[in-house]
Amino acid sequence: MTTLKVENLKHIYPNGVVAVNGVNVEINQGEQISVVGQNGSGKTTLVKHWNGLLKPTDGKVYVGDLDTHDHSVNILARTVGYVFQNPNHQIFAASVKDELEFGLKNIGLDEDEINSRVNKIASDFGLTDFLDINPYRLGFSLRKSVGMASIIAMEPDVIILDEPTTGQDYLGIKAIRTSIKKLKEQGKTVIVVSHDMPLVAEDTNRVLVMCDTELIFDGTPSKLFSTDDILKRTNLLPPQVTSFMHKVGKSNSESSILSVSDAINKL
Amino acid sequence: MSVIKIENLTVQYNGEEDKALDGISLEINKGEFVAILGAHGAGKTTLCLSLNGIVPNMISADMYGKLEVLGEIPPKIPVRQLAAKVGSIFDNPEFQMSQLTVFEEVALGLQNLGVDKETIEKNITESLKLVGLEGFEERSPFEISGGQQQRLAMASALAMKPEILILDEPTSNLDPIGKEEVFSVTRKLNQEEGLTVIIAEHEVEVISEFADQVVFLEKGKIIEKGTPSEIFPTIVERQELVGVRVPQVTELAYNKKENFNSIPVTLDEAVREFKE
Repeated sequence: MTTLKVENLKHIYPNGVVAVNGVNVEINQGEQISVVGQNGSGKTTLVKHWNGLLKPTDGKVYVGDLDTHDHSVNILARTVGYVFQNPNHQIFAASVKDELEFGLKNIGLDEDEINSRVNKIASDFGLTDFLDINPYRLGFSLRKSVGMASIIAMEPDVIILDEPTTGQDYLGIKAIRTSIKKLKEQGKTVIVVSHDMPLVAEDTNRVLVMCDTELIFDGTPSKLFSTDDILKRTNLLPPQVTSFMHKVGKSNSESSILSVSDAINKL
Repeated sequence: MSVIKIENLTVQYNGEEDKALDGISLEINKGEFVAILGAHGAGKTTLCLSLNGIVPNMISADMYGKLEVLGEIPPKIPVRQLAAKVGSIFDNPEFQMSQLTVFEEVALGLQNLGVDKETIEKNITESLKLVGLEGFEERSPFEISGGQQQRLAMASALAMKPEILILDEPTSNLDPIGKEEVFSVTRKLNQEEGLTVIIAEHEVEVISEFADQVVFLEKGKIIEKGTPSEIFPTIVERQELVGVRVPQVTELAYNKKENFNSIPVTLDEAVREFKE
């Protein structure tokens, strides 16, 4: 069980740019969180504090009992896994198998445990046939799967996915959303940084909206998509079916319809 | 009047077993807005790259069949020469930037064609205005937002006064504001400037509002083509197979036909066709 806590977080980059200013938030084990906002709003800076990739300029970030200021990424990574938006920033091994094994070796698992985890995660992500192939020979979707699988294999309590569906086609998006659901069933905390509103609406139950370095909304997707001033300020567009149900008066101002199947049931 | 004629076009990259395009035929008229849809690997990029001659002139491949773009045969003329008529925008705008200022970036293509200084300046001013980047002339292309970079890439293409604009997933790396900027400029160029637009894109909700014709590719073959209203309702049950999602309102109405006078493909249409 790991609780993430952020107290008065401020982050200033070496070039003087203030990226996050005065954010307070607490995330409990098992929540599905999305972090949304325009590029440059501070969302990626915020989440990179949770596995120690960035350290606070001011304020505190706790992963469970650990103050991230005092612990390095390789300790924090056992609890909080970070999957990069661009798999090329993460993947470096010569084969898919090596890539999947790398983190597991780092956390000191024995060979039998490593083999069994690699085989299981490869089968979960449809990578079994590619274990001996160089990851760079795979298409973008599969390479993205390798990036995700190598982190999930370490079984951290918290998994951060940075823009998991960007550049993916229908099947790629579906596969990623299925793995998010699986992680949820396993009681993992899932934090998704995303512009993909159907994913935010259907697969997360709490949204953090960043705007100009500040956290301006912390609530359910349903509430967010009924809060016009926040949507306008951040240029966020609700899922099309959510807008439709609002327009024809089939959802009230307090709660939104979040998916096509909800809308089908409601009509 | 048709500006692009494709008959039985087949493209096969060297050393690959499968054909990237497998006997496609397609005609595109002047001023049309055509969306190319399909899963990764379906052939969308190869089609785009064949129309501007990059395949096979820069990326080598075997090409069979007939391909005519504005009366030219792309494999037979230099890519640079065709670029004056067919502007191309790709998914990663940063890769297309090479100059120190926005002005120089737009000037590059024209200088390469040996255009005189006055015309260059006039074209740059006009094209930056078209994409809403006037006043950015002296900025660095690397210090502007992704949406602005993509509009800059569009300005560079537009400065050559092309008749056709080809966009290969132009918004896939952009945030919502950036996407909106690129789509609205694309629509303006199509509707007000009369440019023919060919766009490969995953954002079906937007495509449904803009496109005159959607072309679905699967494994290098055209499996459907027609207006969004003709095609999207017919693939609701085949989304997984085709690898393309339909607009959410289309899926809703398809499953709740009793609540709609007809199956919509856009939000406005859905509101209009809705009945209690």
